[in-house]
Amino acid sequence: MEVQKTALYNYHKNLGAKFVSFAGYEMPIQYKDGIVKEHISTRSYAGFFDVSHMGQFFLEGDETLAGALEKIIPADLKSLKLNHSKYSFLLNNDGGIIDDLIITKTSKGFCIILNAACKENDVKQIEKFLNNDHKYFLNNDLSLIALQGPKAVEILEKLVPGVSNLKFMTGDNFKFDNENLYITRSGYTGEDGFEISIPNNKVEKLISFFKENKVNAVGLGARDTLRLEAGLCLYGHDLNEKINPIEANLKWAIAKRRREEGGFNGWDVIKKLIENGSEKKRVGILPEGRVIARENTKIFSESGEEIGLITSGTFGPSVNAPVAMGYINTKYAEIGTKIQLEVRGKKHGGKVSELPFFKKSYVK
Amino acid sequence: MSEKKFSKKHEWVSLDGETATVGITKHATEMLGDIVFVEVPEPGKSVEKDGQAAVVESTKAASDVYSPISGEILEGNKSIVDDPGNVNSDPEGESWFFKIKVKDKSEFDTLMNKADYDKFCAENPS
Repeated sequence: MEVQKTALYNYHKNLGAKFVSFAGYEMPIQYKDGIVKEHISTRSYAGFFDVSHMGQFFLEGDETLAGALEKIIPADLKSLKLNHSKYSFLLNNDGGIIDDLIITKTSKGFCIILNAACKENDVKQIEKFLNNDHKYFLNNDLSLIALQGPKAVEILEKLVPGVSNLKFMTGDNFKFDNENLYITRSGYTGEDGFEISIPNNKVEKLISFFKENKVNAVGLGARDTLRLEAGLCLYGHDLNEKINPIEANLKWAIAKRRREEGGFNGWDVIKKLIENGSEKKRVGILPEGRVIARENTKIFSESGEEIGLITSGTFGPSVNAPVAMGYINTKYAEIGTKIQLEVRGKKHGGKVSELPFFKKSYVK
Repeated sequence: MSEKKFSKKHEWVSLDGETATVGITKHATEMLGDIVFVEVPEPGKSVEKDGQAAVVESTKAASDVYSPISGEILEGNKSIVDDPGNVNSDPEGESWFFKIKVKDKSEFDTLMNKADYDKFCAENPS
């Protein structure tokens, strides 16, 4: 497959970005300042992220559309209010997670933000449940820019008046340079902020405004350290088709009505897991000292029994310590449980920790 | 202290009598990014030329640090273990990784000088 580039590729290059191949796209992993500075400036001021590789999937249709999507998405889509968003997932017949996503109710139907690596397959999985009255398309003419950090609202309000009225996980249409923008108050960093869906030919103009306001570009490297500190999952690492929402500690993302009524892929499996609990569970892990427990680090009990595996691990610049997430035998999942982590053949101490590692500041 | 010599794995060595000081190059730190963890060898450990001797981790990944020269470890630099970010700020000065009692000085002569190393980096961009 040909390597894909976002509309901002040359812009990133001129900023001195280091690129990495990610889900078939050449994406900036970091810029000149480096991951730690990009991370810290997002938490203390604001940063912008080009996440245009993610899928912007639009669905249009009559009142049967919500019911069709509810077969594969366990959110309460029938009562989702206009311009409100929910975090959810696509499920397979075993209750495994095909992708995690954000779904928003639009005037014509729904918009789903999908992971870049999964988006083509996601569309195939979703279309199985659609009929001829439902229209759907991945819109590649739109970029997606995240503006994140405590100053995000003040800065974006200057350019797009009214965005400060949005509450967390809601969105609306706005005008910018005679074009329509769809902006949601959301993100994946644990900070207040926005995701801005904007035509490709206007995206440089938006970014120039950010630069004038001293907002720097942030690469995928800091996006990863920010989301991990915020306790958020990265698909393909913390989530995959063999992991179900109960194991992933994401039961909260299955709507109450859906948990009671079922009627979605994998419901029989998930129902049993809700009743009886799962054998393993996603937890936060804090290693002792400075040793970093990366993905695939084995987790042992204090008595030496192998009890789990790290799925994401790095150094958390705001926590100023190593942080990790992983799956652990539920017997050992209680917060504070002492564990051991095998790094380069040597066992290091650590403990099960609550998530997030870094406290969020969403505007509710 | 001798002039610095360089390895293809981006370590530098300087020689003072029988004692060599080893660190990673500025070029290496630029490739790695922000360094957040360092592990240095214990005194008394013997290392072979091109053998793994220390570990450096950036926010992105873990990398091994190899010894460009054989001998016995005299000291690891505790200050970079306590404050790994120092490796980024002064990689070829205060932030050396370990000192080693050299077994065979002729190994030192096989390493690159500064001009050759700079050329090597220019020809092998990563």
